[in-house]
Amino acid sequence: MISHELRIDEITERYPASPEYLIFMLQDIQKSYGYIPPEAMDLICEQTGVPASQAYSVATFYQSFRLTPQGEHTIKVCLGTACHLKGGQRIMDELKRRLQVEPGETTPDMKFTYTSVNCVGACALAPVMVIDDQYYPSITVRKLEKQLKALSRE
Amino acid sequence: MADQSTARNLESWRLGSCEELNELRESILASRDPAGQEIVVCHGTGCVANGSPKVAQALNSALQAANRETRVMPGIKKTGCHGFCSRGPLVIVNPYGYFYQKVGPRDAEDIVELSILQEKPVQRLLYKDPQSGEPILSEKEIPFYKLQQRSVLRNIGKIDPTDITDTIAAGGYQALAKALTSMTPEQVVEEVERSGLRGRGGAGFPTGRKWRSALAAVEKKGRPIYVVVNGDEGDPGAFMDRTIMEGDPHAVLEGLILGAYALGAQQGYLYVRAEYPLAIRHLENAMAQARELGLLGENILDTGFSFDARINKGAGAFVCGESTALFTSIEGKPGNPRPKYVRSVEEGLWGRPTVLNNVETWANVPLIVDKGADWYAGLGVADNTGTKVFSLVGKVNNVGLVEVPMGISLGRIIEDIGGGVPGGEPFKAVQTGGPSGGCIPYSLKDTPVDFDSLAEVGSMMGSGGMIVMDSRDCVVDISRYFLRFLEEESCGKCIPCRLGLVRMRKMLDTFSAGEGTPQDIEDLVSLSQAVKDGSLCALGGSAPNPVLTTLKYFRDEYMAHIQNHECPAGVCKDLITYFIDPKLCTGCGVCARQCPQGCISGEDKEPHVIDAGHCIRCGICLESCKFGAVRVEPGVFVQGAFPGEAVKA
Repeated sequence: MISHELRIDEITERYPASPEYLIFMLQDIQKSYGYIPPEAMDLICEQTGVPASQAYSVATFYQSFRLTPQGEHTIKVCLGTACHLKGGQRIMDELKRRLQVEPGETTPDMKFTYTSVNCVGACALAPVMVIDDQYYPSITVRKLEKQLKALSRE
Repeated sequence: MADQSTARNLESWRLGSCEELNELRESILASRDPAGQEIVVCHGTGCVANGSPKVAQALNSALQAANRETRVMPGIKKTGCHGFCSRGPLVIVNPYGYFYQKVGPRDAEDIVELSILQEKPVQRLLYKDPQSGEPILSEKEIPFYKLQQRSVLRNIGKIDPTDITDTIAAGGYQALAKALTSMTPEQVVEEVERSGLRGRGGAGFPTGRKWRSALAAVEKKGRPIYVVVNGDEGDPGAFMDRTIMEGDPHAVLEGLILGAYALGAQQGYLYVRAEYPLAIRHLENAMAQARELGLLGENILDTGFSFDARINKGAGAFVCGESTALFTSIEGKPGNPRPKYVRSVEEGLWGRPTVLNNVETWANVPLIVDKGADWYAGLGVADNTGTKVFSLVGKVNNVGLVEVPMGISLGRIIEDIGGGVPGGEPFKAVQTGGPSGGCIPYSLKDTPVDFDSLAEVGSMMGSGGMIVMDSRDCVVDISRYFLRFLEEESCGKCIPCRLGLVRMRKMLDTFSAGEGTPQDIEDLVSLSQAVKDGSLCALGGSAPNPVLTTLKYFRDEYMAHIQNHECPAGVCKDLITYFIDPKLCTGCGVCARQCPQGCISGEDKEPHVIDAGHCIRCGICLESCKFGAVRVEPGVFVQGAFPGEAVKA
């Protein structure tokens, strides 16, 4: 899923060397590597002239950036209002029971990372789960179990 | 891909004048046969998740299989969201207008055989009137659509959003051509002012007045001035803006270009949430096609007016929907708001005069310029003109997107268009305006939906999320949910919001656990007021609204938690008990196998029992029981049998 084909400098060089492109670069690195490696951060800071303290402040302020490597599969459980009313939290609890790690963390075998998200805007399908950009409508504990088993077998 | 082939064709088409735009439109219309067959498959996020790409694929194969040499193959058009998401995947067969719901790949052959070859409807796929059970042939006859007035959403579900020729055929960019050839920038501003359009992002500030102040700021400070689209639709439970950006991206873009013309801006920004990848793709594609045609970029339509825009993807921060936070985010910094002693129209992006409007607001501008301010002011009611798009979600039969004239009553939207609560009970409350809005009880269902009336009852219009709750939803829980959300999303810059929200949430935690005193409720009200008054931006300023409105309208329910240690709705985990109804339980054992605690027991084919002492109230048994035998009772019961026999703790 994650390709390391692009080198970090190939990504940073897509943009002009200006602080306003900091978020663009971080997003592209995140997309390509699944997280923001420290060496990428160094290079971005060098390129944009943004001090490391400020770059880390940006990377930790926004929820979509990760500073640690992510699992092979990312599971996002929507906890928007409609999903909350229809039992999204139940799915989060079940994931915690099954994967034995906290939300935002990765299983020791580097297979799964799971988090909650605040509304993916697909409220008619509540509760919704998104695994690696694939939406799963009206998710139940049983459907979750099936998906986890299928992904674990891969 | 349609977008690639179109993009190739567009190169030779760069439009040198408004006449050429009209010629292009006429040639597109002439090349299309209005009586020709066409299958429209909804490709909004909802329908895609429900499998519409597979339906489109199956339809394609079925068409190929059925292709008789003489017959022209009807095209399959992938459109944006039709709005009726709870019925997806949706398919429409034109020119007959047959409206099919919940279509699966298996239905493809019947659709081709009956509707395309024999031109007849497939009865089983039609929507049935919930009262009479009669099948309804076309979209416009279905109550969900019939009672709506679709003007901003007019093209969505009809055009292919990845193909600019579809937009142009539907009348897109006509307003731009009109403004550039026959109106001065001042006239465009006047038109927007006279239309009475108010910002669709939440607060309802008059758009024309905002533009006017920006012009005054330019007068003082000179150029540049920026125009920005706020597509950071962060309210959980709202997806109006996503649908507009995905389904009719050119409407947003045309609105922005018109705004740029009126205000004399040369650079614009579209700030879109990263959680909306399809919206970003469609907007990028729309901008590329508009550039090819000379509708965006240097010397638009050869009129000497130049304007370009770029997309900034959000990175996951609710507070960035706030104007000043959004600007700092575009500048590449953490999205912290700043105090607004100086308003952002005067000192916005890069410290320059900036006009920031919401997606839906921008999408209204072409309509106003094209059809005139008087036409627009005729929609809705005085001081609240035009239409508003709402996302109707939660415990309501017809979940989806609705567009109605301003001033229509809450009850009409929820009961007539939304079809009421599943099961037929009256709705308990509706949350409008997302986490910043309020919870309005059933007794106020005649409240007209407009900016001012909603504010009067303690809520707000917000961006248009409408979350319907029924008797199984607990107001303490919902207030706690919104506070937890805002507590996480608070940027932490000012103390009332950063600490006040945590404190408020902790108070609700105690209520939810059945603890606390009536005095705590009074303290919560006074703390809410302090957070409201003392916060720097609207996030903190409006955060107490859900708490204050639920306390105003549902204080009894709070008291039940505190005094009776009961959650009447059966939600708060510490105050409920799960039971299995022995009369309904078949002893199938599904719940016992699913129970993570292993606390459900019973003989095969005999009624099972939950050991309340070990139950963690996860609700998995309730979800897995096919016979409705698992029930939640308010109150804490000592382990044992079904209520009636059980002893309350």
